Amino acid sequence: MNVKQLIKRYRVFLILFAVNLVISLVMPEIGLTAFSNTAKNIKEMISVIPPIFILLGLLDVWVDRQTMMKYTGKGSGLKGVLISFLLGSAAAGPLYAAFPVATVMLKKGSSIFNVLIFLGAWSTTKVPLLTFEAANLGMRFMLTRLALSVIGIILIALFTDKTLSQDEREEIYNSQA
Amino acid sequence: MFTYVLYALAGAGLMISFMKDKKKTKMALKKAWKSFENILPQLLTVMIIIGFALAVLSPETISSLIGSESGILGILAAALIGSITLIPGFVAFPLAAALLDNGAGYMQITAFVSTLMMVGVITIPMETKVLGKKLTLLRNCAAFVFSIIAAFAMGVLI
Repeated sequence: MNVKQLIKRYRVFLILFAVNLVISLVMPEIGLTAFSNTAKNIKEMISVIPPIFILLGLLDVWVDRQTMMKYTGKGSGLKGVLISFLLGSAAAGPLYAAFPVATVMLKKGSSIFNVLIFLGAWSTTKVPLLTFEAANLGMRFMLTRLALSVIGIILIALFTDKTLSQDEREEIYNSQA
Repeated sequence: MFTYVLYALAGAGLMISFMKDKKKTKMALKKAWKSFENILPQLLTVMIIIGFALAVLSPETISSLIGSESGILGILAAALIGSITLIPGFVAFPLAAALLDNGAGYMQITAFVSTLMMVGVITIPMETKVLGKKLTLLRNCAAFVFSIIAAFAMGVLI
């Protein structure tokens, strides 16, 4: 990739970065706080993300399409739902890190419903986050919210999955980069 | 702590993979990097937007918006703030606990925590790449509605 392509790919970020620089000159307090927030977030990202992507790479290379389809594809039934739930719950890291994993799942033939379950679990029932939630907000708060979330995740997946037509499904499968 | 477990898993996985097949392991690392580089431009954009948002919205501002007296409007405000911001869990939960101590209501906090995790307005471009426009929008809307319902349910249950 040459420099021109690189700039094009990162242009939104570069523009925002420039805007932030200008704001830092005009309103140093807000601009500099924003910069330090961004730096903190990026630092957090760099500390959490490497193992997720390494595991993702290993998953991509070692688990073949047939296995993935058998366990989480169409017709994998309750077992598929459970596996997707566990896969999401065993994760760490923010939801955006789940999207590349979802891509790999779809490429390997997971059903859209199971991918939705996986994303739902990743977003709210991650084990490390639950322990942290209990520590901060109390066991009762965490457990009640967990019970509600599990119901919610399944309902959301059912509802959103139902609205898709066959064509739309194929389009999603075909568009995975 | 859990991050270390993940590192250990990834490390062990890499080692086993390497012993079994060097070429495949190299490919796995290449794919890992490619998946990461694929989302990096949007990720950096998201980071800088969050940096801005948090610089403007202080914890005090948030807490004044979603106190326990704030009722349904407070729940909606909390849900909106949660949908737009993207705060890591280990920041969000202590923040939620602090807000509760400072008079925020359980229902508002539930709406905030729930949308924070399930709804991601600024990551919609990233999500669209995977799920497509329709499914992304539906998923986020459904999660938003669910969070409001969960907030009311928590109000009754806790």
